[in-house]
Amino acid sequence: MSSLIPQLPALQVVIPLFAAPLCVLAGRTGLAWFIALAASATATLTAAVLAYLTYHNGTISYEMGGWEPPWGIEYVVDTASAFILLLVASIGTMVLIYSPASVGKEIRSGRGHLYYCMYLLCLTGLLGIAITGDAFNVFVFLEISSLSSYALIAMGGQRKALTAAFQYLIMGTIGATFFLIGVGLLYMMTGTLNMADLQTRIPGIQDSRPVLAAFAFITVGLALKAALFPLHLWLPNAYAFAPSGVSAFMAATATKVSLYVLLRFTFTIFGAKFAFLNLPLYWVLLVPAVFAMFAGSFSAIFQRDVKRMLAYSSVAQIGYITLAIALASSAGVTAALIHIFNHGLMKAALFCAMGCIFYRIGSTRIDAMAGLGKQMPWTMTAIVAGGLSLLGVPLTAGFISKWYLVQAALQSNLWWLVVLIVLSSMLALVYVWRIVEALYFKEPVAGNEGIREAPLSMLLPTLLLAGANVYFGIDTRVPIAMAENAADLLLRGQIW
Amino acid sequence: MRHHRVLRIISKLLIPFIMLFALYVQFHGDFGPGGGFQAGVIFGSAFILYGLIFGLEYARMVAPPAIVTRLVAAGVLIFAGTGYAGLFAGGNFLDYGVLKSDPVAGQHLGILLVEFGVGTTVAASMITIFFLFAGRDR
Repeated sequence: MSSLIPQLPALQVVIPLFAAPLCVLAGRTGLAWFIALAASATATLTAAVLAYLTYHNGTISYEMGGWEPPWGIEYVVDTASAFILLLVASIGTMVLIYSPASVGKEIRSGRGHLYYCMYLLCLTGLLGIAITGDAFNVFVFLEISSLSSYALIAMGGQRKALTAAFQYLIMGTIGATFFLIGVGLLYMMTGTLNMADLQTRIPGIQDSRPVLAAFAFITVGLALKAALFPLHLWLPNAYAFAPSGVSAFMAATATKVSLYVLLRFTFTIFGAKFAFLNLPLYWVLLVPAVFAMFAGSFSAIFQRDVKRMLAYSSVAQIGYITLAIALASSAGVTAALIHIFNHGLMKAALFCAMGCIFYRIGSTRIDAMAGLGKQMPWTMTAIVAGGLSLLGVPLTAGFISKWYLVQAALQSNLWWLVVLIVLSSMLALVYVWRIVEALYFKEPVAGNEGIREAPLSMLLPTLLLAGANVYFGIDTRVPIAMAENAADLLLRGQIW
Repeated sequence: MRHHRVLRIISKLLIPFIMLFALYVQFHGDFGPGGGFQAGVIFGSAFILYGLIFGLEYARMVAPPAIVTRLVAAGVLIFAGTGYAGLFAGGNFLDYGVLKSDPVAGQHLGILLVEFGVGTTVAASMITIFFLFAGRDR
């Protein structure tokens, strides 16, 4: 066991990577599900051990293939990456536990094992992005996760899933290409791709035009991948038409991982001084973030489909995270990381609950689910818990996020920002209320009389995720300790 | 195109050599230009040529889609398995140096296996893509 521990950073990524082709060879959906679950649970355990080790003993470095960095690919686990690894792996596992019933309903028969293969590849990609210390390797994993998510979205039952996937493919490829152009320019100027090495080499040449262009390309590329307003247009359709499990997994993790890469490049590689003093990253992030908060929430209010509504809500929530990053203070980065974690919990719970409803009534339109509150009481409990967390009501995880966000804004003397945060949260109240009103206070739709509660295999993970929203609203020790530690690490040595 | 005698005979003549050339590019890749990806494409093109000349049904008989799909996965497993072999032999993941007592021979063996995995996956992917596009109307 002790000889296994130094290998954990590699195993974190290659266990799901190895299990993905096994799912194809397994050929049967049930067996593939079991392989996927085993791999994903192992990844969660690995992430937990890595998080524990990095929190107590500091950063872990791993030389892929035995090649010494900066020549070889280096994997670096620090508290920031371990925090993201833990979020991605644990949400991935929860959604997998939830998946069999919904896959049986939503994925064309004979394709289930391919679904789990793609799911594991997506998980591999997201974990790889978080763990790698090599700029080009980020791109490789970005493509692994993106390509598999295009396929996953296209597996959605409706024909529109194909156009949604295609739209995401075009936008996602533009984003990844921009990122690659940026990395290429950096390589041209520094001759290295290792993040730590880039960090030491950039300061000498930071005013050269290629480095400025590289920073611009990387920021825009990542903003596209993270669906920052106004580059969010791919997101609502992708989340609305994807299979339920994919919506839950992607909404909780995919855009968050891009934001994590943005944090890495801004603070670790380029440095806060370069990004925020030499270049106007503050305004570049702040203005779209504020627009995202309002435009996302406004659009959410007028949606007829709850999955689309939640997708637009994600656009708004990404605005909050970006806003916190733009503050570029220790408090701001802490708030961003906490909201990355908490928003993952909220959206996973809400999308899972929508999957439960879709499983029973075959639709997530708000009119179609009127009056279901009495027939599906547990699913509704999850929706209410997730919704309250989205609003930021005390004793939910969302409150902790908002609290840290407001604190960070006040620390930067931006009281008007606090007003905007509170105002946009009010908008969330409107759309969450629309769901609750439809479920509890509207007359049931004819034909929905026989609807029962969702099966236990779906309900249990949904309720666990909803419970996590409440739990992390009360016991905040772990996420906050990790986020603060990670923020210190990202901002260490920055003149700010 | 089965009734075009020239095409049929020339392609029958060419296909074994295309495959042989693919194997050369595959296994000579660590000394000369080439490697798994190129070899996989060339190997796959032999099947695609067969499919174009003799028809999709025959091509599907030669390379049953169920097996080809599994080969796509098997290639990835060969690649990742080589990585694990390095790990179990006491090195890091993908460290071929520890596969044999002589590190250079180990590197040689490792890259050969990895490239074989790449070649398998690429060839099988090429054939799958051809089958999917050619059989779209069915």
